[in-house]
Amino acid sequence: MNMLINVPESVVADALRGIAAAHPSLTVDVENRVVLRRDAPVARQVALVSGGGSGHEPLHAGFVGPGMLAAACPGEVFTSPVPDQMVRAAAAVDGGAGVLFVVKNYTGDVLNFDMAAELAEDEGVSVAKVLVDDDVAVTDSLYTAGRRGTGATLFVEKIAGAAAAEGAPLERVEAIARRVNASARSFGVALSACATPAKGSPTFELPQGELELGVGIHGEPGRERRAMMTSREIADYAVHVVLDELRPTSPVLLLVNGMGATPLLELYGFNAEVHRVLAERGVPVARTLVGNYVTSLDMAGCSVTLCQVDEELLRLWDAPVNTPALRWGC
Amino acid sequence: MLDAAFMSRWMTATAAAVGREETRLTDLDSAIGDADHGANLRRGFTAVSATLDKETPDTPGAVLALAGRQLISTVGGASGPLYGTLLRRTGKALGDAAEVTREQLAEALGAGVAAVGQLGGAAAGDKTMLDALLPAVEALGRSFAAAAEAAEAGALATVPLRARKGRASYLGERSVGHQDPGATSAALLVGALVEAAA
Repeated sequence: MNMLINVPESVVADALRGIAAAHPSLTVDVENRVVLRRDAPVARQVALVSGGGSGHEPLHAGFVGPGMLAAACPGEVFTSPVPDQMVRAAAAVDGGAGVLFVVKNYTGDVLNFDMAAELAEDEGVSVAKVLVDDDVAVTDSLYTAGRRGTGATLFVEKIAGAAAAEGAPLERVEAIARRVNASARSFGVALSACATPAKGSPTFELPQGELELGVGIHGEPGRERRAMMTSREIADYAVHVVLDELRPTSPVLLLVNGMGATPLLELYGFNAEVHRVLAERGVPVARTLVGNYVTSLDMAGCSVTLCQVDEELLRLWDAPVNTPALRWGC
Repeated sequence: MLDAAFMSRWMTATAAAVGREETRLTDLDSAIGDADHGANLRRGFTAVSATLDKETPDTPGAVLALAGRQLISTVGGASGPLYGTLLRRTGKALGDAAEVTREQLAEALGAGVAAVGQLGGAAAGDKTMLDALLPAVEALGRSFAAAAEAAEAGALATVPLRARKGRASYLGERSVGHQDPGATSAALLVGALVEAAA
């Protein structure tokens, strides 16, 4: 596998130095692996801190800035960050109104953020946590760790970030974040496996001419493998499984997300099919976002996330945001 | 009797074993997880042995507690908090005695394993590191070699199991037929006790 890297060990640090060079609006602490908005801490404003394994760019560092995250903590590739990072970030961005940890539901992220929350509280920072678990590919049962957290993370970070920017108190920002998560569901499809820098070869075998339905964002295998389908067939499948669990009674936000290696030409074509299915099902789309936002290294494929919104959530979605990867209204 | 130097040798031997088996751990993890277990543990235990090279605490309990804290600070993922908690709680259970018996270590390790079960919400048969650690604690009362064998057998016994915890659990039935990477690395940790005792 040819990769544009130096050595696997320095991939994350190298990327952080590059993020710093590209975005003067951010403060990048390469050594401690924390990315902060430059004007942090903002007095009397709740600060959102998120993080997770690297390899999902622009998630999360690309969403740091006014109207969204106050800080991001990138871990090693596909590996959650360590508690020291979150504690450092929380202390740096707390403007006195407390910190909300946005955590994707993966065992590692949950455990490390839990440990960090305890330590940050010891240092006098009020911490609330919201768990994102939107992926319908995983059946929730007594025996599983629950649904995975994927595309809805973007909706949670944007909308809760807007509430924080308006000056809402911590309990309210947390409640809005939970409401967004509860209103959102995702489903992902892989057309090729991804390769981590440490392994250097695909993390799973996906023969030419086959696709993996219900894939996660770490190249972990999905729930079913089939012969390659058309964009129209994939949209039918993905939207239907999402709507089986989310039966919206009001308009939705739509994220048509690329996994990293699928060109926008294909994503836009897929978006047309997704809109067709939603129209057939009578689901109005309030806003659409198409692009690579929650990626999985060099995986080809896409995911669909729907989030049912009311007037308040839609207003917060439309509120100004100024980050490297998401920017409008400012 | 086991002293601080013994625990230090145990950690160093674990670091060496994890280094030797890094590729195997990562391959096992790529089958049912996300292909980072080997690299993560190597990073963590390399940091542990570097820390112990600089400062060796003077009690067995303090060595393990320091190693545990170091793992939590460097590994990430699920294995950082889980292995970190295992060693930290085992170290705490040993108290500040300058020397401990193998039986005392077995008892303390039992407390560490219980803490891991609580943190991860896992039990025996869930296809996790506990499937190697629980039989190892049991056997450690007899000898280091017995503990190593029991851990190895426990790791092998995860192959037919269906994962109920961690990332592999997302695969459901598809996790059957693969050896659990966490149980495999746990067997390396226990196996390193034999080297430390040699």
